[in-house]
Amino acid sequence: MIRLERVTKLFASATIPAVDQVSMEVPEGEICILLGPSGCGKTTTLKMVNRLIEPTSGDIFIGDKNTADYNPVELRRTLGYVIQQIGLFPNKTIEDNICIVPDILGWDRKKSRARAAELLELVALDPGVFLKRYPKELSGGQQQRIGVLRAIAADPPVLLMDEPFGAIDPINRAVIQDEFLKMQAALKKTIMFVSHDIDEAVKMGDRIAIFRDGRLIQYDTPDDILAHPADSFVSDFVGSDRTLKRLQLLKVSDAMMHDPPVVHADDTLKTAATLMEEHGHTAVVVVGPRGRVRGYVDLATARENRGKISEHSEALPTTIRSRENLRTAVSTMFRYDTTWLACTDDDGLYKGYVTLRGITRLLAEAYRDG
Amino acid sequence: MEIFHYIIANWPLIIQRTGEHVEIVGVAVGLAILTGVPIGIAITRSKRAADAILYVASIVITIPSIALFGMMIPVLSLIGHGIGYLPAVIAVLLYSQLPIIRNTYTAITNVDPALREAARGMGLTHLQRLREVELPLAVPVILAGVRVAVVMNIGVTAIAAYIGAGGLGAFISRGISQTDPRQLVTGALAVSVLAVVADLALLGLQHLLTSPGLRQTKAAA
Repeated sequence: MIRLERVTKLFASATIPAVDQVSMEVPEGEICILLGPSGCGKTTTLKMVNRLIEPTSGDIFIGDKNTADYNPVELRRTLGYVIQQIGLFPNKTIEDNICIVPDILGWDRKKSRARAAELLELVALDPGVFLKRYPKELSGGQQQRIGVLRAIAADPPVLLMDEPFGAIDPINRAVIQDEFLKMQAALKKTIMFVSHDIDEAVKMGDRIAIFRDGRLIQYDTPDDILAHPADSFVSDFVGSDRTLKRLQLLKVSDAMMHDPPVVHADDTLKTAATLMEEHGHTAVVVVGPRGRVRGYVDLATARENRGKISEHSEALPTTIRSRENLRTAVSTMFRYDTTWLACTDDDGLYKGYVTLRGITRLLAEAYRDG
Repeated sequence: MEIFHYIIANWPLIIQRTGEHVEIVGVAVGLAILTGVPIGIAITRSKRAADAILYVASIVITIPSIALFGMMIPVLSLIGHGIGYLPAVIAVLLYSQLPIIRNTYTAITNVDPALREAARGMGLTHLQRLREVELPLAVPVILAGVRVAVVMNIGVTAIAAYIGAGGLGAFISRGISQTDPRQLVTGALAVSVLAVVADLALLGLQHLLTSPGLRQTKAAA
């Protein structure tokens, strides 16, 4: 846990504080994104946590210990630190770069080197290939992965990240972000993460803290920030398409109708028509013996024809997995010119359906509450 | 042909004087590294100190060697070493300061600030940053300064023969005073060869001490 209490920084050369009375708490195991335009005080706030910048006033706690009670060097060794420029040491091999903090902490060499190999596996880099290489032999994306591994090598409970993926091209950035989220799901570090990119914040953050002119304007979950911006600054900053951004925060399963009616290939069309009329649906999904999606029948076909469903069912253009986000779902609907999608689990079993109407209702709920 | 015979006949003497020459330059530049590198590191802490020190070192290097030897005679005579080995070593020591201090200072101040921030942020102390990052990065540049100092001072030491310091300069000074081209050419040749060999040897050392991660790749060069 990281807790800031009325933290203020007034630089000697300035008349207005760079950070002004900021109080916030990052709960254990969560990612908190410090977000805002340049010069808003987010990086200064981050650097006050590991005392690269000393606060003018206020207190910062890691767990329940005040950072002011630490020796700054000792404090920094317990906090992982990743910067945008990465800063891998060019004179050291990847292995020695990753092990820098374990080395200065005096860990056993064998133990730290084994850990370096383990960590490389975590980001899908072959230890046999990469351990003995030098930073200049790696691509920017690979270097940034090593930068993150170096920060977590000594297993600090807290990570501070200053625009860690800012210098990486968009395609690689998305890959590294996903990789990092997967890693975080296993490691459960408490993370403070500076970004100026609202999309990154929405994707990575459990919470987002929006800064402006050194003040903390809003501190909320991404969905609350997007649904209920505190003021016009926040709503401008998150963008006029903020409701669309909420789509990627919600899962298909959130908008999905569970336990849908189904028919089987050897049922009659009459059964299908009755079932649809009962539920008020205009189509019903046909499933196989184990529950896999086979196709669908629409109401008009079922009413106008007789016989088995298998003779009249049509293939579905596509299906979607229920753990995908709604942004993908909507995009898929647009792509196939449809207003509903059959949802499956990872094994391809039919779980329910999602409709465009259902999605718009779900999004609108947040506004009705407010 | 005459010169060739002279060299063959005086081979042991040439070796002996080369030894003296190398000793003066080696001891003096060695001491200069021991003083210049710490000074170069220390002045990275203060721009004003750096300007002052580098200014003084630049002035010292502009003093002609023969004038420097002359100035040292009355001073060092007080301890009975007005001429000979000691003033030669001191002169070389002084001349070596500028390239070594300047290169150390430049190399350390040019270390990418991102590396320094990363190192600080991870909890390295000042000395650890110096040892783990800054000095390893500075080594190639510092050694380049040492090479300049060595080559330049092999020349200065040749002149030190005039104050009785020995070395290969003795061939040259005697060749001039005795109008003996054999000695003159032998001395000049030996000094030149020594300078080239020392430079190449230090280049090899520089390569050896530079982390493979810092060496220029063929593609980059």
